[in-house]
Amino acid sequence: MSVNLKQGPFEPLIIAFCCNWCSYAGGDLAGTGRMTYPANVRVIRVPCSSCVSSNFILRAFQRGADGVVVAGCHPGDCHYTSGNYFARRRFLLLQRFLEFLGMEPERFQVHWISASEGNRFAAVMTETTEKIRALGPNRKLRDTR
Amino acid sequence: MKRIGVFVCWCGTNIANTVNIEAVTEAAGKMPGVVYAGNYKYMCSEIGQSKIKSAIIREKLDRFVVASCSPRMHESTFRKTAAAAGLNPYLVEIANIREHCSWVHKNKGEATAKAIALIRAAVAKAARDKELWATQIPVEHRALVIGGGIGGIQAALDIADAGFEVDLVERTPSIGGHMAQLDKTFPTLDCSACILTPKMGEAASHPKITLYTYSEVEKVDGYVGNFEATIRKKARSVDLEKCTGCGICWEKCPSRVKSEFDEALSMRKAIYIPFPQAVPNVPVIDRASCRWFTREKCGICRKTCPAGAVNFDQEDEVLQKKYGAIVVATGFDVLDLDDFGEYSYGKHPDVLTSLEFERILNSSGPTGGRLLRPSNQSPPKNVVFIQCVGSRDKSRGKPYCSKICCMYSAKHVILFKEKYPEAQAYVFYIDIRTAGKDFEEFHRRAVEEYGALYLKGSAGKVFPDGDKLLVKGVDSLSGHALEIEADMVVLATAIKAKSDAPQLARLLGISTDTHAFFMEAHPKLRPVEAHTAGIFLAGACQGPKDIPETVSQASGAAAKAIVLLSKENLLSDPCVSEVNESLCTGCLACIKVCPYSAITEKTIEEKIHGKALQRRVAEVNVALCQGCGSCTVSCRPGAVNLKGFTNEQIMAEVDAICL
Repeated sequence: MSVNLKQGPFEPLIIAFCCNWCSYAGGDLAGTGRMTYPANVRVIRVPCSSCVSSNFILRAFQRGADGVVVAGCHPGDCHYTSGNYFARRRFLLLQRFLEFLGMEPERFQVHWISASEGNRFAAVMTETTEKIRALGPNRKLRDTR
Repeated sequence: MKRIGVFVCWCGTNIANTVNIEAVTEAAGKMPGVVYAGNYKYMCSEIGQSKIKSAIIREKLDRFVVASCSPRMHESTFRKTAAAAGLNPYLVEIANIREHCSWVHKNKGEATAKAIALIRAAVAKAARDKELWATQIPVEHRALVIGGGIGGIQAALDIADAGFEVDLVERTPSIGGHMAQLDKTFPTLDCSACILTPKMGEAASHPKITLYTYSEVEKVDGYVGNFEATIRKKARSVDLEKCTGCGICWEKCPSRVKSEFDEALSMRKAIYIPFPQAVPNVPVIDRASCRWFTREKCGICRKTCPAGAVNFDQEDEVLQKKYGAIVVATGFDVLDLDDFGEYSYGKHPDVLTSLEFERILNSSGPTGGRLLRPSNQSPPKNVVFIQCVGSRDKSRGKPYCSKICCMYSAKHVILFKEKYPEAQAYVFYIDIRTAGKDFEEFHRRAVEEYGALYLKGSAGKVFPDGDKLLVKGVDSLSGHALEIEADMVVLATAIKAKSDAPQLARLLGISTDTHAFFMEAHPKLRPVEAHTAGIFLAGACQGPKDIPETVSQASGAAAKAIVLLSKENLLSDPCVSEVNESLCTGCLACIKVCPYSAITEKTIEEKIHGKALQRRVAEVNVALCQGCGSCTVSCRPGAVNLKGFTNEQIMAEVDAICL
C-alpha cells in the first residue's frame, strides 16, 4: 500500500534494508547532517547485507512496496569480511529473476554506502524515490487479494 | 498475549518539531499487543528511564519499544533500563524516529506517518523478541605477539609487565626489526641501537616472555580468548642452549652471501648472526648457502665450535600453543624500484634507497660508518635526495604518503653535512610534511643550519656521467630546468605493506585495506583493534608510521590485550546464529558462507519409531559466530536463525512497514 493511502498523486513506498555497520550508520549521518530525502523511504536495520534473504525482498513487493533497496558496506569493507560479496552475488541473480518475472529490475537496487557517506545515503534514497515514482506503482508482484 | 509498552521520545524539539508526538503515541497505543503508550521530553534521561521502569511494573509490560534516536546511540542505555526493571535486556526494540525521520524530513504530516510506520515495525519485531542470554567463554591468559620489531617488543614487554605470559614470534634470526638497521632517529638524533638494544635485552631476559626467533606462525584457529596457534621453529642448526655466541664459527665459515640486514651492501657468512647486537646472540645456518647442506663438504663450524652447539641434524620444530589475545606487529617492506628505471637504481652503485643509505651511515654497517661512495670509496661532495619515490604516485607506486620520508631525509641531510660540512645536499620534494612534535624545527635546522637546498619539483632522470651522476629535474617554483652533478643519489622509497600480509590476514581472519595494510576496527575510535575480536594491531603493518607512533600504538594494543587477558571469562554477544536441529537436513551450505568458520558438522542420534538413527547436522560455535546472518540466507530448510534478527522478525517488520 502506498504512502498516502491511495489518495492524491502516486507516492511510492520504498523499503531499504541497511546493514548496521555501514549503511544504517550512513543513514544516521544523513540525519545528523540534516540532509533531507523523501519520507517514502523506510529503513529496516539488519546486521549485514548478507542476511537479507531474497524472500524478504519478494515479501516486501508482495505486500505493496514499490521499490526495495539493499544497502551494505563497500566491497572490501564488510564488517564481517565477506558478507557483502555473498549479498552481491545473490542479488545479481535476484535482479535477473525479477526481470524474468516481468518486473522492472530497477525496482530492486543494491547500493554500497559507508558509515561516512551521509550525503550519499540521502542522494541514493532521493534518486531511488524519483526513479520509482517515474516507474509508477508496483502492480506485478503485489498481492492483489 | 504479549504486553508491549511504547515510549515515544520528544528529544527536546529534535523529534517533537517535525513529528506529531501525540498522534504517534495515540497510534502506537492501538497497535497489536501494545498495552501502554506514553511519551516524554527526554526518554534517555534519568526521569525518562524511571518512567519506563515504573510503567514496566505498573502495566506489567513484558517487553517495550522506545521511539527515539538511532539504536546505535541509545540501544544499550535502554537495555540497561530493562535489566534494571527485571526484564531481559534483549526484549527491547528501538524505532529510530530521529536520525531516520525527524531530522531528514520537513513535512510534519509525512514525518508523522513515517514515524508511526517505523514504530509499527519495531512493535512487530518486539512481539517476536525472545529472552537472550550472553554465554561465558573462559579466557586463556597468554598472549601471542607476531613480529619482533620495536612494535612487537614494546607490546610484549607491556603485556608481560602486566603479569601475563607472552610468546614473541619473529621470522628472522634476531628481534629488532627495521629499527635495528637505522643509524640515528629523528628528531632527536638518538642512536637507534642505543635505545633499541636495551629493549631487546629486556624482552629476551623477561621471565614472562618467550622468544621464538627464526620461527613463523603457520596456522591460527579458535577465537577471542581461545586462540590456538601453530608455530614452526625453523631449524637453526645451532643449539640455542649450548651456543655461547663466541663467533668462531662465522669467522671460520668459508661461504659468503649478501647480507639481508645490510640491504645486500655487505657480505655475511652462511652461519651468521644478522648484526652484532642480535638477540638471541646465537647464529643460524642458512642452509641454502651452506657448503655442508649443499655439497656435504666443509663442516668447519661444527669442528671448531668449542661448545659443540652446531647440529646439522636439527629439524624444524612445530609447536601448538594456546592464547587469549594476539598482537600483530609485522611491520613493512620497502617498495621495489623495478618500475622506476629513470633513477638508474640497481644500474649504478651510487644510487641508493634511503634504507641502504642508512646502513652506510651506520657504524656497524658495511663501511663501518664512513660515508663513502659505494662505486669508488671516495667522499661524496654533492648528494641529491629525491622524495616521494613511489609515494603519492597513483600510476606506478602507492597513492598514499609514506609519512616518514620528509623527516628521515632531513635527518640524512644533517648526518651527511655533519660528516662533510663543505659538501652540498639537494632535496627534491613535492611537499614537506612535518606534523609531529619538534618535527618542523628539525626540518628547519636541515635547511637553515645545514644549508640543504630544498627544491620543490621532481627529479625526472638520473644517469651516469663519467664517474658522476647527472640528475635532471625541474624547480617548479622558479620554472627552471635543473641539472645537478651528484656523487650519490638517495631515493626516499615508499613504504608498503609486507608482501605476504594478505596471507597472514587470511590466516588470522582479519582484513586488509586496498594496499594490504591491516585494517583497524574503526579508523577513529578503535585504531588498535582488528575487526576480529581478540586480535590487535601495532605499528607499520597497519599503515606507515614512525617509531614513536609505532611504540604508542603497540602500548595501546598491549593495553587492549591486557584488558582482555585480565578477565576470567568473556561475555559473548547472544545475537548469534542457532540451528534448529530438527529442521536441519545436514546439507551444510551454511559452512561455505560463514566468514568465521563458526559452523561445523556434528552427528546427532535420534530415536525414530524406537530405532536409534544417526544424522548429520550443522552446529554453530557461539564463541566464533559474530552474528552476520549470512548462514540464515544460505540455509535451505530454514533451520538457521540469527537470534535477535530472526527471519520471522524481519518478515514481520516488512509486513508492518508495508501495512
